[in-house]
Amino acid sequence: MSALISWLTQTLEVLAAIAVAPLFSGWIAQCRAWLQNKSAPSIWLPYRAIHKLFHKEAVLAESASPLFRFAPYAVFGSMVCAAAIIPSMGTRLPFSSAADAIALVGLLATARVFVALAAMDVGTAFGTLGARREMMVGFLAEPALLMVIFVASLLSSSTALPAISNALATQPFALYPSLAFTAVAFILVLLAENARIPVDNPATHLELTMIHEAMLLEYSARHLALMEWAAALKLFNYACIGFALFVPWGVATAEAQTPAALVVSLPILAAKLAAAGVGLALIETVSAKLRVFRAPEFLATAFMLAVLGLLVNLLQRASP
Amino acid sequence: MPDATLSCLTLLGAWAVIGLVGLARPGDVRLVARFLFPLGAFVGAALALVALVGAAEPPSQLVLPLGLPDLPFHVRADALACVFLFLLGSASAGVSLFAAGYFRSGEGTPPGLLCLQYHLFLASMGLVLLADDAYLFMLAWETMALSSYFLVTTQHRLPEIRRAGFLYLLIAHVGAIAILLCFGVLQGGSWQFTFDAMRSAQLEPKSAALAFLLALIGFGAKAGLVPLHVWLPEAHPAAPSPVSALMSGVMLKTALYGLLRVTFDLLGHPVWSWGLAPLALGLFSALYGVVFAAAQTDMKRLLAWSSIENVGILFTGVGLAIVFAGVGMQPLASLALVAVLYHAVNHAFMKSLLFVGTGSVLHATHERNLGKLGGLIRRMPRVAWLTLVGALAIAGLPPLNGFVSEWLLLQAFLSAYQVPKPFVGMLLPLGAALVALAAALAGYVMVKFYGVIFLGQPREPSLENARDADTLERVGLGWLAAGCVVLGLLPRPFIAFLELVPIQLGLIESRTIGGSWWRVVPVMERQAAYAPVVFLFVAALVIALTVLVVRRFYHARARRAAPWDCGFARLDARMQDTAEGFGQPIRHIFQPFFAMRRELPSPFDAAPRYHVTVGDRIWTLAYLPIADLVQRAARAVAWLQQGRIATYLLYSFVTLLLMLGLVL
Amino acid sequence: MSELPFDLQILNALAALFLLLAFAMLAQRRVVALVNLLAFQGALLCAATLLLAYRTGQTHLYFSALLTLALKVAFLPWLLHRLIRRLGVYWDSEQLINTTGTMLLGLLIVIFAFGLAQPIAALASTATRNAIGIAVAVVLLAFLTMITRRKAMSQVVGFLSMENGLFFGAMSATYGMPMIVELGVALDVLVAMLVLGVFFFQIREQFDSLDLHHLESLKEEQ
Repeated sequence: MSALISWLTQTLEVLAAIAVAPLFSGWIAQCRAWLQNKSAPSIWLPYRAIHKLFHKEAVLAESASPLFRFAPYAVFGSMVCAAAIIPSMGTRLPFSSAADAIALVGLLATARVFVALAAMDVGTAFGTLGARREMMVGFLAEPALLMVIFVASLLSSSTALPAISNALATQPFALYPSLAFTAVAFILVLLAENARIPVDNPATHLELTMIHEAMLLEYSARHLALMEWAAALKLFNYACIGFALFVPWGVATAEAQTPAALVVSLPILAAKLAAAGVGLALIETVSAKLRVFRAPEFLATAFMLAVLGLLVNLLQRASP
Repeated sequence: MPDATLSCLTLLGAWAVIGLVGLARPGDVRLVARFLFPLGAFVGAALALVALVGAAEPPSQLVLPLGLPDLPFHVRADALACVFLFLLGSASAGVSLFAAGYFRSGEGTPPGLLCLQYHLFLASMGLVLLADDAYLFMLAWETMALSSYFLVTTQHRLPEIRRAGFLYLLIAHVGAIAILLCFGVLQGGSWQFTFDAMRSAQLEPKSAALAFLLALIGFGAKAGLVPLHVWLPEAHPAAPSPVSALMSGVMLKTALYGLLRVTFDLLGHPVWSWGLAPLALGLFSALYGVVFAAAQTDMKRLLAWSSIENVGILFTGVGLAIVFAGVGMQPLASLALVAVLYHAVNHAFMKSLLFVGTGSVLHATHERNLGKLGGLIRRMPRVAWLTLVGALAIAGLPPLNGFVSEWLLLQAFLSAYQVPKPFVGMLLPLGAALVALAAALAGYVMVKFYGVIFLGQPREPSLENARDADTLERVGLGWLAAGCVVLGLLPRPFIAFLELVPIQLGLIESRTIGGSWWRVVPVMERQAAYAPVVFLFVAALVIALTVLVVRRFYHARARRAAPWDCGFARLDARMQDTAEGFGQPIRHIFQPFFAMRRELPSPFDAAPRYHVTVGDRIWTLAYLPIADLVQRAARAVAWLQQGRIATYLLYSFVTLLLMLGLVL
Repeated sequence: MSELPFDLQILNALAALFLLLAFAMLAQRRVVALVNLLAFQGALLCAATLLLAYRTGQTHLYFSALLTLALKVAFLPWLLHRLIRRLGVYWDSEQLINTTGTMLLGLLIVIFAFGLAQPIAALASTATRNAIGIAVAVVLLAFLTMITRRKAMSQVVGFLSMENGLFFGAMSATYGMPMIVELGVALDVLVAMLVLGVFFFQIREQFDSLDLHHLESLKEEQ
């Protein structure tokens, strides 16, 4: 019976991720518009955009190779696999025994490498420039993300995300300053990796300032739809990783994974996502976009914070 | 079941025989290419099989009737040697198959002679691994160095290749002197130079530390550890591609074997503080290597610097294993050791694959400069797709093999904070972050490498004539790519093979890494696990479902058009990113590492040129002053050469007087 | 960690925040923000003293907290803000090494301080002895801030931050210093501020700028 529930949780999480990710992007766009005193687009706009794109005929560059055509599917597939590892609703997931948090970081890196390679495939200046910048942000963000996972794993001495979540959720409430530092570091990494202000402007039209958008310039129709969906999924996944590491309360824990607990976890997840959306929109509105070569300093700050969290944790372990 | 030691020795002898047959008919390309090299590949595969099967048996020692009167050759194939013999056999099989299609006449050395040097190189590497006494070890080491020198200088008519060979030989001998001194310290007063005697010798702590330091210097010089790395970026590009593949893939690992043999076997119980030196040097090498790789414009130099990075990671793992073993955390030391061995085998396959891929590209286009390549995925699809496997593997992406060894190493680092020494427990997790940084930068370098060579548009019109690789080259590439995939998908059975090494070395009693054939659980108490087969299956399932659903509910129509040009109609192939451009963020962020010289054009130039030379600071800060010192010392001594016969007779006279005075 | 009583957890959190502020001061380039961070540090100290006073019941700690509030949160920052406005120094953009390098160095110093403090903490007998490591780290980080800055104002802020760190260390190791010592230290700091204030105006008059680079010209001609 419990195995059935685990599989159910797993499938439900993946389907929820695929279904809700564009809604999350739409919600953030709405909050941004409200904060900037503009009239907001509909919250269902990303869905309509994806649907419209699927209908169109794909236009490929003459020099595009099979790698270019395969990349959107590979990226989308990686993001869905990542969603299967992250415990957003329950912590007893069968797939998590196949991959832990470091494998998750590897999966995100795979998606990034495929996007960069596909961008270099067409051979125009914009794609290659975007690929270069995306890899630069990526290689600095990866150690910071790994340190964040490291610190979070010290609590449960495991690198499997469900185990970390479970450990934090089942312990009585306590203040963990190291986790607070690491949470700030994680937010900085989230902003950098998902191409948000202050690292990249997702709504820009100037090619010289683009990082993520520049790599999507050549895609059209279903390929573009899949890439957009994958980007929305990436943001959703990052938000869920943040919840799993730092605010896991509300998730059905491994000891009490019943259908009732699953049903309860859904509105809690929705509330967390709504709050996260508001927070992200706030950060984006308040900050200004950094120069491209300030991005390494930004990510170095994230790395320092994560390491500081680690050191504080090690120091305050030896409690009287 | 024949004895593993004897079988391995016979196979090495077979390689030597193949080489000698090649010597007998030096100009016969068809014999060498179609018959001898594939035979050598077969011997390599057999060696790998024998090593795989023979590691589990208790090691037996053979004494050959060759060698010095009181020190005959001892050979022994224990688990550590078998792991590296497996590496040698399997990687060289793929490279030999490729070389069968690669070596053609007109390279500067007759093919038969090349066959001799090549197979002698392989045989001597195998003999280094099998050697059980210092004399045979040094003999095989020297043969390895000399045969690889001749292979490096295959195109000896070019001066820069001769210079690269000279530098290589120089630093190889500096290392050999250190190794010889190390063996001298290890014998501990018994004046017996067999490894058995060294194992049972009781050394004082200071002597043991000195031996370790000498081993680190000697084997580090051969492996390309910073600061003794300057020969690597010169020698590996100068050699023909199959030789570069062997040197990067296999020869550097024999140096790793040497260090492991001295530290864990001959010295027995390493002190924890010894591990800090390889750890620090390894981390610095890893970062240094990958940062320089990102700034290169020659595809083979890029791969050579990437080898320096991987050697750094290997030495980091060794340092970690020593620290764990020294403080008594044996299962973690075993995990770190297994991670190092796995990474060594992985790197042999990945780097060999990349080097032979560049060999195919070089053959088809005669271009090594990244600024003159591009768009080859359309002209050479098979080479491109097989090289993609290698590039993704080195970048450490799941589910390929590079990820497994990095994952194991990071899992070992995760427990490093438990080390009970004051500052070390806090500094080691930072080491994990540096390893992650090096791995992420490796991804950057691979995107640059693959993207500039194979993707995009051709930067030179002559690239239209590039032809795909022929059958033998493809078989070699395919063998190596298959190795990458298999090592990535079935880690647990291979770890079972590798764990024999710490068991035989006495680190642990029985296996500590759990899981089943499709799943790895490195530390039992922790719940971290990795099952690449499941991973790949789920990813493939999702991708297949997506494709099916999209085609079923929508459509799969596509049409071709010109790429988007932002309104600038004359977009051409020169406007893509170049190798220098792709490396520019790294040059900017890691500026202190580089010694850059720039020549900027002025507005009044008729033919403006922009020139950047990226130099190695260690060369100008360390090597040139030392060379200067040596030359000054030589000049001072040259004063003795006065030229007059009377002076020389005076020297003899004074010497005779001194000898008479001392003796009588 | 969750077995600790709640007020000790809050103290640990305050200590961690204290360290974070010292780091933030290392990376900050705007002088106004530096002074605000200093005020925030003082507020943290005050809160920690109050908590400790509540936990141990020692009344002199209440006076100490009041003194901290008056001096470090109210008076000194106000004085510094006035000085900033009158002298017109708002930016301290030039540094000895770039920001990333400074932060890496700061990280290494924190590791050093933590490693150093562990045997000392084993000797102390208070409940907050873990915070000794943080106190030493803050002192060293503040010293580093003083070294890597060019404008005199930032160096003064570094000096005051050092004093904050020392105070925090004293509190966590021995539950505060005797009242006499504290009053003496407070008086010292006040006098130092007055002298430095006068000093600033003299420098400004002499060199027309508060960039300490100019002080290097005060040496013998060789």
